[in-house]
Amino acid sequence: MNILVCVKRVPATGGRIVLTPDGQEIDSRYLGFTISPHEECGVEEAVRIVEAHGGSSAVLTLGPAAAEEQLRDAMAIGIDRAVLLETDGREYDPIATATAITAVIRDQEAAHGPFDLVVFGNEAADTGDFQVGIRVAIALGRPVVNGVKGIMLGDGSVTARREAPGGGWETYALPLPAVLGVKEGLNLPRYPSVPGRLRAKRKEVERVAPAWSQTGPVKVGLRVPEQQGAQVEILGRGSDAAPAVVDLLERIGALGR
Amino acid sequence: MSGPVLVFVERAGGEPDRLSLEALAFAAPLGKALGVEVEAVLVGPGSADAAARLGGRGVARAHVIADARLDAYAPAGYAAALGAVVDARCPSAVVAPGSDRGTEVLAHLAARTGQPMAANVVSVEPDESWRIVRQRWAGSLLEDATLDAPVRLMTVAAHVVEAPDAVAGPAPEVVAHAVDLTVADLVVRVTGQEAPESGRISLTDAKVVIGGGRGVGSGEHFAVLEELASLIGAAVGGSRVATSLGWRPHSDQIGQTGLRIAPDLYIACGISGAIQHIVGCKAAKRILAVNTDPDSPIMAVADYAVIGDLHQVLPAITAEVRRRRG
Repeated sequence: MNILVCVKRVPATGGRIVLTPDGQEIDSRYLGFTISPHEECGVEEAVRIVEAHGGSSAVLTLGPAAAEEQLRDAMAIGIDRAVLLETDGREYDPIATATAITAVIRDQEAAHGPFDLVVFGNEAADTGDFQVGIRVAIALGRPVVNGVKGIMLGDGSVTARREAPGGGWETYALPLPAVLGVKEGLNLPRYPSVPGRLRAKRKEVERVAPAWSQTGPVKVGLRVPEQQGAQVEILGRGSDAAPAVVDLLERIGALGR
Repeated sequence: MSGPVLVFVERAGGEPDRLSLEALAFAAPLGKALGVEVEAVLVGPGSADAAARLGGRGVARAHVIADARLDAYAPAGYAAALGAVVDARCPSAVVAPGSDRGTEVLAHLAARTGQPMAANVVSVEPDESWRIVRQRWAGSLLEDATLDAPVRLMTVAAHVVEAPDAVAGPAPEVVAHAVDLTVADLVVRVTGQEAPESGRISLTDAKVVIGGGRGVGSGEHFAVLEELASLIGAAVGGSRVATSLGWRPHSDQIGQTGLRIAPDLYIACGISGAIQHIVGCKAAKRILAVNTDPDSPIMAVADYAVIGDLHQVLPAITAEVRRRRG
């Protein structure tokens, strides 16, 4: 089973987002970076599948030179090899990203053999475009499903499970090779071990220069949304606040019965 | 002469669902600005019945594709169906709800036609170039952007535009369409379903949601949240910390990588209020924070607060509800 996981390097934001003075990006001077959360689960799943079924795993990202850090993070938990589509600071829109990834997948498959499974995150945490995996799948002519929170491999097929609208679950059976867009909750990603980190440090990262194009949406700038300026009303302290809370429940008709 | 605005409408229990009504409310001013009509597109079983229920929502025409091959949801097949209506109507824009399926179907249509698509749009101004505002980071940031293409494809961010109650009005004209489907369009489709746990109130439907975070302390300690919830018919959810530590199933997560909720009241217990959580709950009409720390970030978005330990506060609330009910 040969698996490719496509990941994105994103800032690890915490309590508040601060933008650069030109409003073009997040001020990341004081922030660490991480693999976007859905894709972290994709990396973990790829490692588990190869552990269980054999084969090999690769990780790919389109990003700045510094995104090598996230590729090494993925190799530290057990991914075999890494490819960096190194960008030059320009933002790649979803079509440009998908086009570059499709081209490199074709090259990789010509050199190393076909991927049975290509895994994307359902959406990147930062841009939230919800489409790159689907665009790549359609360009490659492979079946794809998004929102995946469970993967079961069969003989020449994969069963994907996701949350159904209105609750419960639904399943999809896809013939391999296939593309999956996964979500956090698929698994609990492991932390890399020290030997894993050392092994990852010594591995090669293959570098590719991706083509750039712009179709849209075209970013003009970013803004932090205004907070609804509600003044918080303190209902009380400790258990003494209970009557005031129940008054509130009563007022909004939440006490029912 | 520009074409209509098409809105992809999904259903829940035979009715147009909430996010689709929000998408229609988003499309109405866009249609007005362009001087064109808003038309709905419904795919799959029960579409004609749901289309008939769109009266009073500003929908001039409802296009229905009720092909038996699309009885089970199939992302590519649904996109092909939506594409057939696009071909027939040459719309200015296609708008879909920002749901899992709405987003997936529109992304398929975008990929099939090589057109750009903007996800989670909150507003649009159709000028010579269309200026849009869309969410990044699930709404922690807004992006001003332009979107230009023969047909503009947009999903509408959840719970940003309020769906007004329907006014009295005639049902839209229903137009049935046929669609050419290839084998590839139907390869990926729902082949199995598991019903939700019976008797459980879903987090997205509940009027009151009680959420627990790190301050809860363990999975067992969620019992104090559950007890109050079962008493008042609320649903229980958790922050990313609570689901990552395995205290709650991931499907109960409220936040960027989980659910966006919009209840009448959200009671956030022992949740500090990381932005990833706030984006999941800020559409609540009211937020009550129960927290030992009066300076925690959740207070900046809360309408009400109780300063104290949730393990004392919640049982006291539960006892007070019981006392009043006698």
